Amino acid sequence: MLNPELKLNSKLFNPDVEQSPIRKGFGQGLLAAGELDKNVVGLCSDLTESTQMNLFAEKFPERFIEIGIAEQNLAAVASGMAAMGKIPFISSYAMFSPGRNWEQIRTTICYNDRPVKIAGSHAGVSVGPDGGTHQAIEDIAITRVIPNMRVISPCDAIEAKKATLAIAKTKFPSYLRLVREKTPVITTDETPYEAGKAQIYWMPDIGLAQVGIVATGALLYKALLAAKELEAEGIKVKVMNLSSIKPIDTEALIILAKETKAVVTVEEHQIAGGMGSAVSEVLAQNFPVPIEFIGVHDKFGQSGTPEELIEHYGMGKDSIKEAVKKVLKRKI
Amino acid sequence: MILTQEKIWKLQETANNIRVSIIESLIEAKSGHTAGPLGMADIFTLFYFHILKHNPQNPSWAERDRLVLSNGHICPVLYATMAHSGYFPVEELKTLRKFGSRLQGHPHREYLPYIENSSGPLGSGLSQAVGMALADRIDNGANTSRYIYCFLGDGELDEGNNWEAMMLAGKNKLRNLIAVVDRNNIQIDGFTENIMPLEPIVDKWRAFGWHVIEVSGHDFQALNEAVEEAQAVYEKPSVIIAHTIPGKGVKEFERDFRWHGTPPGSGPEDKIKKDKQGEVALAELRTLGGQIISEHQ
Repeated sequence: MLNPELKLNSKLFNPDVEQSPIRKGFGQGLLAAGELDKNVVGLCSDLTESTQMNLFAEKFPERFIEIGIAEQNLAAVASGMAAMGKIPFISSYAMFSPGRNWEQIRTTICYNDRPVKIAGSHAGVSVGPDGGTHQAIEDIAITRVIPNMRVISPCDAIEAKKATLAIAKTKFPSYLRLVREKTPVITTDETPYEAGKAQIYWMPDIGLAQVGIVATGALLYKALLAAKELEAEGIKVKVMNLSSIKPIDTEALIILAKETKAVVTVEEHQIAGGMGSAVSEVLAQNFPVPIEFIGVHDKFGQSGTPEELIEHYGMGKDSIKEAVKKVLKRKI
Repeated sequence: MILTQEKIWKLQETANNIRVSIIESLIEAKSGHTAGPLGMADIFTLFYFHILKHNPQNPSWAERDRLVLSNGHICPVLYATMAHSGYFPVEELKTLRKFGSRLQGHPHREYLPYIENSSGPLGSGLSQAVGMALADRIDNGANTSRYIYCFLGDGELDEGNNWEAMMLAGKNKLRNLIAVVDRNNIQIDGFTENIMPLEPIVDKWRAFGWHVIEVSGHDFQALNEAVEEAQAVYEKPSVIIAHTIPGKGVKEFERDFRWHGTPPGSGPEDKIKKDKQGEVALAELRTLGGQIISEHQ
């Protein structure tokens, strides 16, 4: 069942579940953060509407800087603004920021320890028809590896808004991973949000779970669909929303592993270096259990509809169910 | 600000002391860059002892000007100048590049918080200075009395990131931004014009919307006038192309790109044997190339 304490969307499993792009939550969150703090500034690389920074830019034109198609400059200019007390949000497609400008992010933002917030839109293969060049599936790996950086991958538009507001209040460099297409709205305004904490979204009605599914980003919805069907098949699982990949909620992961003794990780990202890798770093050191990884297996993306691509790369509901059954067999 | 002849003499003496400290710290470190720091010593001296609004006793003073060093590898001159202007003891310069030192091989503000930025990877200092200038204008308007200075090397202009920053500064008419290019014509692999031609460097900056001033990087009076001119330009950011002599002050090192990334003791031996390089350099600087014969003159 859905965790009743979290006040999740009660119509979550309806065929006509409300859908909204995660990037839109970022746009609304940035606007709200700008209203709360005059030091919040926005910088964009010619993708203001695409990344939903337009809401902020229209309300606060004097605090918005159009950088042009120059992502290296985008990152380093933001570092300079942060040095003067600003809280800069920079936005582009994830492939270009933090992709193209990784070294500027490492040196001028993280090595300098400046509170720049990097919003990378259009992450994952679900960018769809634009094809592999525009599908960032390496961004979690390249950001979480940098000291001082925080990495957040919200599961829906509402969580994205809350995460945006939360990172605006911290002094940490942060990467916010956003996706382009509309995805199901899983949470509600009432769902509690605490930065850096993981939450259990699905749990057995009674008794202990046999497998823990740890998901991040919009694929959390597929994990919840899988959990519901597995329950009908008599397999009890817990589903965790791990939206904060760094810092990672070590305690919650250990508790989950101790209960289930088998874990499946789910992310729209390369398996190498992503959220699953982060989870296995925690569990290997604290409570080793068998893990199956749902994600892209060392391949580039390609053109297609988001649904076709999610299926093709083995990240859909059925792939998650198979991984759960596989890891069950591996349990010692 | 007016620069009297008396003050110029004083600055010359300070610059020479800074060059001595650069050589001493490089000898101790046994690695690091020699040519650039010696070449930029006069410019650093003029800024820290005459131009910059700063307070070594209160480094985080909010009203201070900002100086962004983009080419972090010339940090021996940054550290030596900061020490001589009172940020930390001159003695500490001997810890350059050593384990646990505040004086990292390339500047890191986590270790030395008095600096405005960490640097080393080339090409992104100007962007940071542009960001500072934009932020200051948001807070204090176009008439802000604060200046953001950025020192950058000529070789690093190979990096595309600089040209992105130049375009943005030109577009936003950042009059509070003044860049100083160390035009010493060398980089690691040789002369800039052989590695990647920068000329016509003045026309290029001008085409990007900057006010350009060319000046000798060793003439205090001319440099000071260039900064005053830059400060007076209202509609544009300004850049001072400062022609410097790499290795300036030690004639055996001057204009030789082989001294770019080598400390005394490891340099080319055709003029001075390795084991004598430090000694000869210090002797030349202490006597100003034979112009002074005793410490008291």
